[in-house]
Amino acid sequence: MTALLSIRDLTVTYRRDGSEVAALKHVSLDVAAGERFAIIGESGSGKSTLALAIAGLLPQSTRIGGRIDWLGRDHAPLGGRDIGFVFQDPSASLDPVMAIGEQIAEVAHTHLGLTWSQSYAKAKSLLERVRLPEPDAALRAYPHQLSGGQKQRVAIAAAIAAGPKLLIADEATSALDTIVQAEIVALIRHLVAEDGMTLLFVSHDIALAAELAERIAVFRHGQLVELGATAQIIASPGDAYTRALLDAHLGLDAEPLLQQAGASG
Amino acid sequence: MSSPLLAVSGLTRRYRGGDKTIAAVDDVSFHIEPGETLALAGPSGSGKSTIARLLLRLIEPDAGHIEFEGGDFLSLNGTALRARRARLQMVFQDPLAAFNPRASVARVIDDPLRIHGIASRKERPRRIAALLERVGLSADLAARAIHEVSGGQRQRIAIARAIATNPSLIVLDEAVSALDVSVRRQILQLLLDLQREERIAYLFISHDLGVISAIAHRVVILDAGRVAESGDARAVIGAPQSAIGKALVAAAPKLNRTSTQGPADRQ
Amino acid sequence: MSPLRRFLRTPEAIAGAIILVALFAMALAAPLFFPGDPQAIAGAALLPPFQDWSLPLGTDRLGRDVLAELFHGARTSLAVGLAAAAAALVVGAIVGTLAGFAGGLVDEVLMRVTDAFQTVPGFLLALAFVSVVGPSLGVVIAAIVLGAWTGPARVARAEVLSIRERDFVAGARVIGMHPLEIAFREVLPNALPPVLALSSVIVAAAILTEAALSFLGLGDPNRVTWGGMIAEGRAVLRTAPFLSIIPGVALVLTVLGVYLAGEGVVETTAVRRNLS
Repeated sequence: MTALLSIRDLTVTYRRDGSEVAALKHVSLDVAAGERFAIIGESGSGKSTLALAIAGLLPQSTRIGGRIDWLGRDHAPLGGRDIGFVFQDPSASLDPVMAIGEQIAEVAHTHLGLTWSQSYAKAKSLLERVRLPEPDAALRAYPHQLSGGQKQRVAIAAAIAAGPKLLIADEATSALDTIVQAEIVALIRHLVAEDGMTLLFVSHDIALAAELAERIAVFRHGQLVELGATAQIIASPGDAYTRALLDAHLGLDAEPLLQQAGASG
Repeated sequence: MSSPLLAVSGLTRRYRGGDKTIAAVDDVSFHIEPGETLALAGPSGSGKSTIARLLLRLIEPDAGHIEFEGGDFLSLNGTALRARRARLQMVFQDPLAAFNPRASVARVIDDPLRIHGIASRKERPRRIAALLERVGLSADLAARAIHEVSGGQRQRIAIARAIATNPSLIVLDEAVSALDVSVRRQILQLLLDLQREERIAYLFISHDLGVISAIAHRVVILDAGRVAESGDARAVIGAPQSAIGKALVAAAPKLNRTSTQGPADRQ
Repeated sequence: MSPLRRFLRTPEAIAGAIILVALFAMALAAPLFFPGDPQAIAGAALLPPFQDWSLPLGTDRLGRDVLAELFHGARTSLAVGLAAAAAALVVGAIVGTLAGFAGGLVDEVLMRVTDAFQTVPGFLLALAFVSVVGPSLGVVIAAIVLGAWTGPARVARAEVLSIRERDFVAGARVIGMHPLEIAFREVLPNALPPVLALSSVIVAAAILTEAALSFLGLGDPNRVTWGGMIAEGRAVLRTAPFLSIIPGVALVLTVLGVYLAGEGVVETTAVRRNLS
């Protein structure tokens, strides 16, 4: 297994109004090239901060300690070209007054040096790849004309337009209902396999992550709690917090919390 | 059997979308017994939240009847409607958006007590403290501003506010969807405790079948504004008959904790 | 960082604050420095400034102390400006909130009334009102409010229209709160910030309108006003231009100070909103 990136002793501190908040504390981990890696945690765990730090998207005022090393490349990765990022809220990451085709074509034009007509052809083929119905019409559509799931498909198309090595999905399915969520997860799995991308899947939902990822890192209060192969984390978690997360999951087969006797029927 | 707590029949609400009208809720009927949890499930756009807003009279239906505690709920207006609202409460999905951003914790719980004349001005601080403790919070929290408390605490405060007027039915609109999993479980437990002790009925709106199968007695599955199927929650989720029911069950993330196998297509 | 320190970070805000502080000091100190009637004769007529140090800014045609008049005029300008702006904001916020929250027929009627007031120039409205009712401080303030409340009303309505769709308003209805309480206790306070951002413009405009009314002889005759002083000086504009220039400069500085300080406040609150 060749490593794609290596994180050593990463500490991230946000500064706001004179006070400092440590969002990540001494995190070290490696991500292998081509693997599907999940980062799991509840709110305040630092999981999104880690994703932003890897993508180089932290605000200027943030203090960053430790190292993030990209192995096997001679230059620092460029957001948009080497890293695709899909955010939780697709409405926030898409420009509301720009046609969808243009938004995707712009990525291809900027990072791949294609002409505009080549870029639009690329945009159309990307919309086909993310299985948006009627890609020709969609090129000219605006974000508000699409449903939440369709917008997330467009955001994914824009994220992979420049052929990145790493795709980061930060709670990319949390705002969607279960059915659309399952479709988007299937789409991400398919695209990552087809292009040989590395996937960083950030989520609060350990069951969802377990369906997609080969390895899982569990975060809590800015610290890495546990890291391991999915099957091992799920079947025999080493940390009490991981076990608590698994126990808190309410699956279809979970024990009912309800005492049926409480019903008056 | 006595008459149900809530009986909804033929409920319809249309929206004008361009030049055609779309029925967000289309001829929906269901009923809720006292002390029962009925879940409304369905994908986004299936009409779940519209039904919640119709029941609370936040919007008015184009057709249908709502009978609540034996009376015609849709015929109430003005003072009579406001007084009746004490018995039918709601908890919203986003506990931050559901409160006036300028309010304190004490004020959001004080409002229903004051409006419905439940306690005298002198007695109300004690009632607020008791309600906070009832939902598992410290009474000291009363002095804080709403934006200063955590998401889980805020949802407990929303529940305290909802039970302040001693309601017989609470509509929970995706009330645990925005919470962390560990907090979610505690809130569900709190809801069940309240139900057992006070015989409150819930209309539990969610797209998460896992949560529904854990706490609901019965479920109504909606698709495009219509009832696709309904019945005992665990029976329906265990063997769905409708296409949308099958799709919802198939899409729910499953955690296989005994297997040593990883994802199916692992290389 | 405290709001005050953040406010004083921009040079505009500092300049505006200095001018306004000086103005308030003048207004408050007027009865201390110049206890008598400022309209009483203090010396020879038309004494130029900087000649007699007991009358540093000279005297007007009737021999009244210009500096004393300037100090007392500051009282009138500030009183009228602040009172008119406060009244305009209150009336506008109430009308806008009622229109936006009630919707339907109430909204239609209130907004057509607003249109009607807005199509007539505010100054003409004030002029007509004072001419009919007669000049006094209260009437002048009311006259200025007639033309100034429409802006705040429109801003408040637009803000209320978006706020009333928020969940917490639905929540207030669910607990059975009376619509009027929802409108004025839940919605209005949250709609206020952009309305208050208008206040500096309204204060400045009110001060100018008051000066213009006084210039035309429609100010309160029992009070010294800067507009009245300019009008007084007009008759001797060639021989004693300082009689018009001094109150004119005071007026310009005041309006400038109000604008600059208002900009500073808007900037400060904008920064705070970005942070939160």
